[in-house]
Amino acid sequence: MGKILEVKDLSVNYGVVPALRDISFHVDEGEVVALIGPNGAGKTTTMHTISKLIKPKSGEILYCGKSIVNEEPHNLVSMGISQVPEGRGIFQPLTVAENIEIGAYLRKDKEGIKRDKEWVYDLFPRLRERMKQISGTLSGGELQMLAMARALMARPKLLLLDEPSMGLAPVIVEDIFHIIKKINKDQHTTILLVEQNAQMALTASTRAYIIEVGQIIREGSSKELKSDDQIQKSYLGL
Amino acid sequence: MFFQHLLNGLIIGGIYAMVALGYSMVYGVLQIVNWAHADVLMFGTFIGMLLATFLHVPVIAMVLLAALFTAILGMAVERVAYRPIKSANRRMAVLVSALGMSTFLQNLAQLVFGSGTRQFKVFDTNAYEIGGMKITGMQILILSVTAVMLLILYIMVYRTKLGIAMRACSVSIDNAKLMGINTNMIISGTFGVGAFMAGVAGILVGNYYNAVYPTMGYLLGMKAFAAAILGGIGSIPGAVFGGFIIGVIESLGAGYISSAYRDAFSFLVMILILIIRPAGLLGAKHIDKV
Ligand SMILES: Nc1ncnc2c1ncn2[C@@H]1O[C@H](COP(=O)(O)OP(=O)(O)OP(=O)(O)O)[C@@H](O)[C@H]1O
Ligand SMILES: [Mg+2]
Repeated sequence: MGKILEVKDLSVNYGVVPALRDISFHVDEGEVVALIGPNGAGKTTTMHTISKLIKPKSGEILYCGKSIVNEEPHNLVSMGISQVPEGRGIFQPLTVAENIEIGAYLRKDKEGIKRDKEWVYDLFPRLRERMKQISGTLSGGELQMLAMARALMARPKLLLLDEPSMGLAPVIVEDIFHIIKKINKDQHTTILLVEQNAQMALTASTRAYIIEVGQIIREGSSKELKSDDQIQKSYLGL
Repeated sequence: MFFQHLLNGLIIGGIYAMVALGYSMVYGVLQIVNWAHADVLMFGTFIGMLLATFLHVPVIAMVLLAALFTAILGMAVERVAYRPIKSANRRMAVLVSALGMSTFLQNLAQLVFGSGTRQFKVFDTNAYEIGGMKITGMQILILSVTAVMLLILYIMVYRTKLGIAMRACSVSIDNAKLMGINTNMIISGTFGVGAFMAGVAGILVGNYYNAVYPTMGYLLGMKAFAAAILGGIGSIPGAVFGGFIIGVIESLGAGYISSAYRDAFSFLVMILILIIRPAGLLGAKHIDKV
């Protein structure tokens, strides 16, 4: 299996303040890879740089072997990269159905879109019941489901998830991670998962990177990291 | 008499509504006030007048061509005056750029068309009596064109994918990008649609008062902007609602109190309503920015 995403020596500044310093990592096709780190480590910056909302200072980002550092953000979506941003990024004044619709914005295959709507509503039945509802009135868990459903409507090859567990009750987090694994298994969607919840992230992923103050300080298989003393102390609260 | 004033108010209110939509939609996607909007309208009206007077273009074609020109000019204003601005203090820079563009367009119009007032009279001006009220062919035309324009806009914004994209952009440009939306194109389109409606409104109002002149956009623009604020800037139904309210208040105020203060009534009411509801009648109480 080839590398679907490869980040090489990526540096990003906000003004003169560095947020990422020479980070390198990769995601193989079909994998679930976790990027774990505390507040302010640079996780969201990494995601935004991949999605081209932020321009890097230096470094390279390869998607399917091709450089994407000079792509427009909307082109990345048509190339197969979708992001569920931190805080979900739901268009709150729009209805649930309109948010789902906008996820398929670039697609022209009417039949396929119709089928995929059924599929995401089956995946998240609570959204089906709330189709006509203004999405700003959804609960936190429902918003996260909507954000994921919306991203899936673009039929991504690579799905970027930025802290899907943020602000959710443990039972809901379980549900969300169950679905993340299901999407990966059933649709063969490759997933890059950013989390502070290391427990969940290490359970759901095959490999993981640990990021602190803009640098990757550890990497390894999720199993190995989970049983590591240092990681257990700093991230798993054991 | 009351119904006559009400009718007159609704007619001029429809014009305000069409112009207000341009302010409000642009504010919705970019959070800036396009101060050049009314001058773009003026330019389009001049083009309409020239097409009708000198080239004798048939009325419908004249309206469409002039509105199309206005749309293109509106999009050009965005490209030249707003898009390049990326400075840290963007809002202030955009304000200065907008005022500069407004002055530029007015001066250019004076240079090209002269500073005098031109006549513009292409529509039926016969008066009819309906149920004791007087209505002119011109007024019937304004009412029906306004209704058609608002209906088309409604369908576009609330029933098409493009409309969803436009509304998504007005929530968050970054999140719209993540959906694969070419946000620059949507912003450009928003300016275009707003200016198109302004172009139509300009031609109607130019004929209503039989006058086209380089500063014609000033008061009209101020009132339409007041309408947008009154309805809650950024809100599409708000702009329409605000336009009709301003039109009716102005007409009733002029009819019952004093026509000398016609222009003051609308602003007075706007100020009163904003004291009670600072976000406008239909404005969001707070805007979520993720
Ligand atoms: N728009 C911005 N302007 C300036 N600095 C920023 C901006 N966004 C983030 N930063 C800074 O960059 C660093 C990395 O932020 P980032 O949001 O990527 O962290 P994170 O790992 O996602 O944190 P969290 O877990 O809290 O979401 C932080 O120090 C942050 O303050
Ligand atoms: Mg973050």
